Amino acid sequence: MTSRTSPLPDLTSSYKRLLGTPGPGRTVSWRVWVLGAIGIVLLLSVTQQFAKLETNDLTSSGTWIIALAWSVPILMAGLGGIFSERTGIVNIGLEGMLVLGTWFGAFGTILYGPWWGMVIAAIAGAFGGLLLAVATVTYNVDHIIAGVAINIMAPGIARFLASIHFPERGGSITQSPSITGVSNFSLPFLAGGKIGGWRSPDILGAVEDWDWFFVSDFAGISRGFVSGMSWLTLVAFLIVPASTLLLWKTSFGLRLRSCGENPHAADSLGINVYKYKYYGVVIGGALAGFGGGFLAVQLSGLYREGQTLGKGFIGLATMIFGNWRPVGTALGGLLFGFAETLRLRDPNAAHGLLLLIVIALAILVLRALYQRRTQVAGWLALTGALIFYWYLSTDSVPNQLPRITPNIAVLVVLIFATKRLRMPAADGQPYRKGETG
Amino acid sequence: MGRRIMYVLAAPLVAVGVALVISSIVLLFAGANPISAYQNIWEFGTRLETLIETLNRATPLYLSGIAVAIGFRMNLFNIGVEGQYVLAAIIAAKVGAEINLPPVLHVTVIIIVAMIVGAFWSGLAGFLKVTRNVHEVISTIMLNAIAVAGVVSYLLSIWDVPDESLDTALPTIPESGWMPSLNGFVEIFTRDIKRVELWGFILVAAAVGVVYHVVINRTRIGFDLRASGENATAAEVSGTDPKRMILTAMVLGGAVAGLVGLPELLGSSHAYNLRFTQQLGFAGIAVALLGRNHAVGVAIGAFVFGWLDRASGVLEVRGDAPREIVSIMQGVIILAAVVAYAVVERKRRAEEAAAAAAATAAALAARQVAADQGGGS
Amino acid sequence: MASAVKLEGITKRFPGVIANDGVNLDVADGEIHAICGENGAGKSTLMKILYGMQAPDEGRMIINGEDVSFSSPKDAIAKGIGMVHQHFMLADNLSVLENIVLGAEPANRGVIDFPEARRRIIELGEAYGLKVGTRDLVETLEVGERQRIEIIKVLFRGAKILILDEPTAVLVPQEVEELFRNMRDLKAEGHTIIFIDHKLDEVLEIADTITVIRAGKTIDTVKPEDVTARDLAELMVGSELPVPELRESTVTDHVVIEAIDACADDDAGSPKMRGVTLKVHKGEILGIAGVEGNGQAEFVEAVMGMRPLTSGSISLEGARMLGWGTRRRREAGIGYIPEDRTRRGLLAGFPLWENDMLGHQSMEPFVKSGFWIQTEDARQHTEKVVDQFDVRTPSVDVAAHALSGGNQQKLIVGREMSADLVALIAAHPTRGIDVGAQAAVWEELRHARAAGLAVILISADLEELIGLSDRLVVMLRGELVAELDPNNVTPRDLGSYMTGASRQGGGE
Repeated sequence: MTSRTSPLPDLTSSYKRLLGTPGPGRTVSWRVWVLGAIGIVLLLSVTQQFAKLETNDLTSSGTWIIALAWSVPILMAGLGGIFSERTGIVNIGLEGMLVLGTWFGAFGTILYGPWWGMVIAAIAGAFGGLLLAVATVTYNVDHIIAGVAINIMAPGIARFLASIHFPERGGSITQSPSITGVSNFSLPFLAGGKIGGWRSPDILGAVEDWDWFFVSDFAGISRGFVSGMSWLTLVAFLIVPASTLLLWKTSFGLRLRSCGENPHAADSLGINVYKYKYYGVVIGGALAGFGGGFLAVQLSGLYREGQTLGKGFIGLATMIFGNWRPVGTALGGLLFGFAETLRLRDPNAAHGLLLLIVIALAILVLRALYQRRTQVAGWLALTGALIFYWYLSTDSVPNQLPRITPNIAVLVVLIFATKRLRMPAADGQPYRKGETG
Repeated sequence: MGRRIMYVLAAPLVAVGVALVISSIVLLFAGANPISAYQNIWEFGTRLETLIETLNRATPLYLSGIAVAIGFRMNLFNIGVEGQYVLAAIIAAKVGAEINLPPVLHVTVIIIVAMIVGAFWSGLAGFLKVTRNVHEVISTIMLNAIAVAGVVSYLLSIWDVPDESLDTALPTIPESGWMPSLNGFVEIFTRDIKRVELWGFILVAAAVGVVYHVVINRTRIGFDLRASGENATAAEVSGTDPKRMILTAMVLGGAVAGLVGLPELLGSSHAYNLRFTQQLGFAGIAVALLGRNHAVGVAIGAFVFGWLDRASGVLEVRGDAPREIVSIMQGVIILAAVVAYAVVERKRRAEEAAAAAAATAAALAARQVAADQGGGS
Repeated sequence: MASAVKLEGITKRFPGVIANDGVNLDVADGEIHAICGENGAGKSTLMKILYGMQAPDEGRMIINGEDVSFSSPKDAIAKGIGMVHQHFMLADNLSVLENIVLGAEPANRGVIDFPEARRRIIELGEAYGLKVGTRDLVETLEVGERQRIEIIKVLFRGAKILILDEPTAVLVPQEVEELFRNMRDLKAEGHTIIFIDHKLDEVLEIADTITVIRAGKTIDTVKPEDVTARDLAELMVGSELPVPELRESTVTDHVVIEAIDACADDDAGSPKMRGVTLKVHKGEILGIAGVEGNGQAEFVEAVMGMRPLTSGSISLEGARMLGWGTRRRREAGIGYIPEDRTRRGLLAGFPLWENDMLGHQSMEPFVKSGFWIQTEDARQHTEKVVDQFDVRTPSVDVAAHALSGGNQQKLIVGREMSADLVALIAAHPTRGIDVGAQAAVWEELRHARAAGLAVILISADLEELIGLSDRLVVMLRGELVAELDPNNVTPRDLGSYMTGASRQGGGE
């Protein structure tokens, strides 16, 4: 970087020292994660203070319990995308696999109960993945076209099967009869879970009720993570570290990733690239199917046509946002789950979100000014001012807005998340054994 | 020449064949009789009225397909036709209802408004791609939702005209903004048509197709577009501006997309309401894939898909099989078609490469012989 | 001495061409054996067969006295054969360790044993004098280091027989010496090395035995002490070599292209070109030498208008080209033979006549009024180019990808030269094409110079640069660090300047 004489103190080096140096192959060190987490809780606390009049829900445990659950379908779609793209296959068809998961999850639950329903949902998603794999790996069809084809097929299949199986059971072509999901649990001591028959004290809940700035907010958010959680949610979140281990610490994972980075290199070392691409896409489909099943079985209590609402694509966005890594994707999923929850629980909260955005923009403006990018700062400030005006002059937002907030959020994420990201080098490229690029 | 025709037809025929087989299997599983289902479809589908309805259905499908095809030629996946046409339709309907001009002018204004709205919405995605490298698949899909569930829904709520029926609808467009029906023209060749009207917009759609073909294949701009789609780097080296190309393709595609809602709006409903046909955007992708982005191919694809849609109505009445089998058929056709196209393409490439290699080898051998005989020149 | 590798009668056919025609090869245990031949002679195919990446149509392979047949590289690896490819098979985003152990990971029930892997790699590195940091991402490494990793990769799997495919193609002379040192170390440890090379002086320096292959057949096997470079060259080409003609200088004083302190950034925004100042005259070939990645690609892009200058200027015939798009520069008469013809020069799936238009699609005879495409005129133009530049093709409607590399390049050269040019930029114009096509391209470049064009030649082939250029400059880290007279410089000297080992004080 060219040197510059700045009247501002040189925060860069102390900032960098605080952040630590990344381990090899990582974009940021673990310290950044911790600081980031604290920063976000702080941001939410501050916003909550200002928005006290209209909503209490930004940091309440009730919100966050639900947010966690609603992040699962998106998280699963994102993880599914990772497994697929890490082998080099772009998977636009996640949405279709999600749809298959919703239908088969609902149907499986009707027949055999929620746990088996989820298994069947995953198998259905895996089948969708298999279809994509055959088209892209064996026949070298363009990945995006094949994915779009699957997205077109899946609702048709669901509709057809629904027309056959649901009407006689009390549902219709577009909707299944209602189903029950898996039970919930809460951690003892921290969130008042039961041990045996005895109800243990709810420490975090108590702290949350104190209503102290930041401390209570932190307690509220944390409590959301440990109470009222369904076993399926736990399974879903355990898949995140499991995926990380699988992909980075095992032979299978290394070989799978190599197919997405340089398949010809892998081939030259005797690795069957076709096989690993199939694995990646099918596993990805299974994960997406699981996500869809969770959506129908656990979250909505039924299958309804169109209930996925683009979560497959939002999952793709979280995958990009998470830099093709499970943990980052999980965070992205959580972000979207939170947005979705606010919309569902408390329409006023959506109005409060506007304030959150203004505060976040203000921080970005300061950063842009420090970096001497005055033009960027100007645009951000203008946007922030407009949104602030909107916030002040209205009591609520039109009810269409919360519904499309996730979509706007995806656009915003993609607009800003560019340079530090590193996608698998051979992602999206057609591969044919023996033909060196 | 015969070989080329064979190559062109092989894939779609195979695709339809595969779809028939798979659908038959699915129907059998569902306890229906495939043969009688197909017979019913055929009988009903060859009636004049059904064919007219097919053309009506195919017209917006065709426009949607062309809009997508423009993007595909540039290797851009404009999945956003859905949002573009719905937004264009509601705004054009509002404008059309508020103004009052002589007939041809009135219709023209509506068309232009629709094209501008579609171009703008699509251009947004193009702008994001060009400035921030946001992939157009995700951005157009997000913009779809923002348009349909957000903007259009909001506009519908504020522009709604309270009237006797509990319908949510915009005010009706006055008659000067209607597109005439072509029944009179068709009846010259056939018997009187009952119940349905052939939408006049089909002529506009045909004109769009002709313009598309000519521009893409016979002009320099079309060449630039196609080249950028084939190999963006080489095209840039040859003098095209990649950013301008992307924007051009997205804007042009969006302009055509804006027209998709007009056949219905100007031909039958004359007002935007909740019954407005949706999902034409995604069907357009299917049709463009089937037709391989070729003006005539897309037309055939639109006709086939439209026909399947209309003719399957009989299944609902007869109760032979669930009508939804058609959506499975359509899905299978697409997947089978893209696979078949890929396979045929590889075969063709291999043949061409072999022919060229043979020519080179023959020439090299001749050179060798000459060199050996001449003892070095 | 026992044979480590013996190939008998290996034949391999591809559609339209016989890559290997009854090839015989006998490599003694513990020797360094070179395989020589021009591009397209069949050497790479032979090695791919030996390494199990392709199966021979006919013939026998005998490794250490044992008849073998391989169905995949795994089998070859199991027999102790390892291959270092010409184009490195490394994944940029993975670490050095991950690249080395891939496919042969030391593992406990599937989980990789990282400490063990690290230990073995460091051990190998020390034993053979190869130093690497196991955690670094491969993309941060330089060419020489990457090659070392490829070698360790091969040794890690216990290879005793190493195949090196054109290992010196990407190295400057100093790095080549380092490589040869490593090779001698390996030989001392008892390894057998087979390497492919077409640079005859290198081959004569390092090899114990040399086998020459031409047009898919084994021509002869010789010992370096028995032959000269000229003998080898004649064996490779099969006829007497053309004698380089004496020519009259066509260089004039008229400046066509002038760069003054031109600076540009790379895609990531860091400065890549730092003040390049040069002049190219009418009737002159200016050669720009440099290790890849030192700003030459950015310079070319700047001249062509594909990369904006951050400061300085580039002028054509005295007019500053500030703000001129690529199309305008082409219309002004700058031609361009790009360095990677598939990526930058051709539309693979389009017919030849449309490829002929590429770069000239706004000009006659291809379009009228800058808008309507004239198909017939375009096809006729292409027929002329094909004829004049000896492009082998069944017709002008064939898709470009069907042609061989050499013919593709001839088409590109032909289409550029058929336009009305004042300047021509040729970037690595003979990379990866057969000798016949190479000679043809050189001829055309000389014609261009004789016709009064100003030619900029960028190449990694030092002999090509020295042989063709009227003036030579060296680019290092974005600046010109030396100006040399091609008549008085050897490849070794040039290599020194390119790596910065030598410096020129007060160059022009």
